[in-house]
Amino acid sequence: MDLLQFARGPTLTWAFAIFAFGMTWRLVGILLLKRRPDYSEPRNATSWPGAIKLIISRSWPHREFIQRTAFGQTLGYIFHIGLVIVVFGFAPHILVFKGLTGLDWPNLPNAIIYASGAITLGALIVVLGRRLIHPVLRLLSNFDDYFSWFVTFAPVATGMLAVAHLGARYETLLAIHILSVALLLVWFPFGKLMHAALVFVSRGSTGALFERKGASI
Amino acid sequence: MSTADIDSMHPLELNQPRFSVKNPEPRYDKQGDMPDAQRVETAMRYFVKDFGAVAATYMESCIHCGMCAEACHFYVASGNPKYTPIWKLEPFKQAYKREAGPFAAIYRALNLKKKVTTQQLEEWQELLYDSCTMCGRCTLICPMGIDIAALVGLARHGMNQAGLVPHELWAVAERAKREGSPLGATPKVFKERCEWLADDNEVEIFVDKAQADVVAAMSSIEIMKYPDSIVATAKILNHLGLNWTFRSDGYEATNFGMLSGNSAWQNEMSMKLIDATIAAGAKLLILPECGHAYGAMRWQGANIYGKPLPFRVLHISEFLAENTKNGALKTKPLAKTLTFHDPCQVSRRGGAIEAPREVIDGLGAELIEMQDTKGLNWCCGGGGGVVTIHRADPIRYQAFQIKMKQIDDTGAELLVSSCSNCRQTFDDGQDHFHWDKTMLSLLELVADNLEDK
Repeated sequence: MDLLQFARGPTLTWAFAIFAFGMTWRLVGILLLKRRPDYSEPRNATSWPGAIKLIISRSWPHREFIQRTAFGQTLGYIFHIGLVIVVFGFAPHILVFKGLTGLDWPNLPNAIIYASGAITLGALIVVLGRRLIHPVLRLLSNFDDYFSWFVTFAPVATGMLAVAHLGARYETLLAIHILSVALLLVWFPFGKLMHAALVFVSRGSTGALFERKGASI
Repeated sequence: MSTADIDSMHPLELNQPRFSVKNPEPRYDKQGDMPDAQRVETAMRYFVKDFGAVAATYMESCIHCGMCAEACHFYVASGNPKYTPIWKLEPFKQAYKREAGPFAAIYRALNLKKKVTTQQLEEWQELLYDSCTMCGRCTLICPMGIDIAALVGLARHGMNQAGLVPHELWAVAERAKREGSPLGATPKVFKERCEWLADDNEVEIFVDKAQADVVAAMSSIEIMKYPDSIVATAKILNHLGLNWTFRSDGYEATNFGMLSGNSAWQNEMSMKLIDATIAAGAKLLILPECGHAYGAMRWQGANIYGKPLPFRVLHISEFLAENTKNGALKTKPLAKTLTFHDPCQVSRRGGAIEAPREVIDGLGAELIEMQDTKGLNWCCGGGGGVVTIHRADPIRYQAFQIKMKQIDDTGAELLVSSCSNCRQTFDDGQDHFHWDKTMLSLLELVADNLEDK
């Protein structure tokens, strides 16, 4: 079994298994905890619209916060959108998803993928620099922040090297790329990358609770 | 330290503009003589005691983006990263991951999160109490929607049980538990005040009616510092022709049990008010101009009672708004411009955002909103018990300047709010900065402008 076979075969299989089990364990571990009944007279009888509202509206800041958060938010948007384009728009990736799920969709032109990849890498480097320099971010940051950054950066960087055939044989580069994806999948449930799922739970919980009270969301 | 020692060792100065203890020095306060390890264990046990799915979700969700700092008046005013709201919970996050989260076993086995120490908790006392008003502005900026203010409330439960509360706050909470009021407004004092206020102002103030449709409550700050609020409440309820009363067995709406993090004291204080309202057979309990009293009773009262309350609960501004809208409250026009400071616990976190504006509209005054207003207003900096903590004065004054600028920018003639705790914070800030603005009470403004019948 060569490196590429090892990466595509057992590594990816195990990575997916750990990803699925870890995600389930963490979500179930939180969601199965008790929820106390609330006997206070609600201001709004139905609270779920607040959950939907907050899930959507918190994707951009309130007017009052824009000035102080614009840079960080823009940066976040750039690399998140870049990641979505690269992960879901690149033809070879779509083939992998088709193999896994049977679903298929049209790919984006390679030029867009490459440009998005480069912009994403650039944005991620700025993200890291900012985390190291900004006093608040530096104080808050721990291993999870830096390792999560690394496992996000690595697949994009190795993917770009693979398509550019830079630094090693294509098969080797592809194997390294797949291994980096496996690392991302394995780390995903344990660190902050989990926000991809928790964002809905967390925003939804606050939205529903606050809607009940008529509090500001 | 025994309860009896408190007053002699830390006497309260009730004649000061706001209540205080003598000569507080920079310090980490401790109550009791628990061994350090037990303090930490107790703090964590009580932190997770009321933990449910929602709090756990919050603890799991932080992405360390640091945006919450940009919403916090203490960080914005000082630029000190330690005031970042989510950082105020760091030891509790650490303990949660190690002891209670879904992967706690892994964290413990590999020692990925270290045990929290007493020194850490002592250091965090300042962050959890002195520099957090639990105003919840950070909740509105968090991209994950984490209600950081609620988590600070839970952390305070742990700190209280571990005996790690700033002493002024602990002392007033303990006094409230012992005497029924944090500022010495005992039932006897309250009744006497009502009597002389009734005489002085020639207004009927009902106390301890056996049956009434409406029970009104006051805050200790009003009773002791702003007694005109008692008169104003009576004037308005009489103007409306209601069958109402104060109750000497349940008149105190402030809840320092909640602010200091003592759930047992919080429950006891809330139950006094609930029992008194039920005893009067009232259908409505009116809460005074006090922010946290609103949260304590309107949103937590029924949960302490264990079932829906058999009466409605309204903040005085909501009550005034209802009676303005239905035409029962008749006021003379007030031809002035004014700006309104939203009390965080009533407005942003309580949901009574439009009520005071409807009252102001009814008064015929021109409302000039601040740049950041309603749910996005800046806190005055004195909520959550912060105004009681004297070592917090420097950072509180820094934060207060944000509010001063916003108010000055409106150019309004009058400054009004509907929270007596905000009011005393503004009074103190006015003194400190020799500011030309005086905070007025919405309740008193309405009472002063009632139409003659």
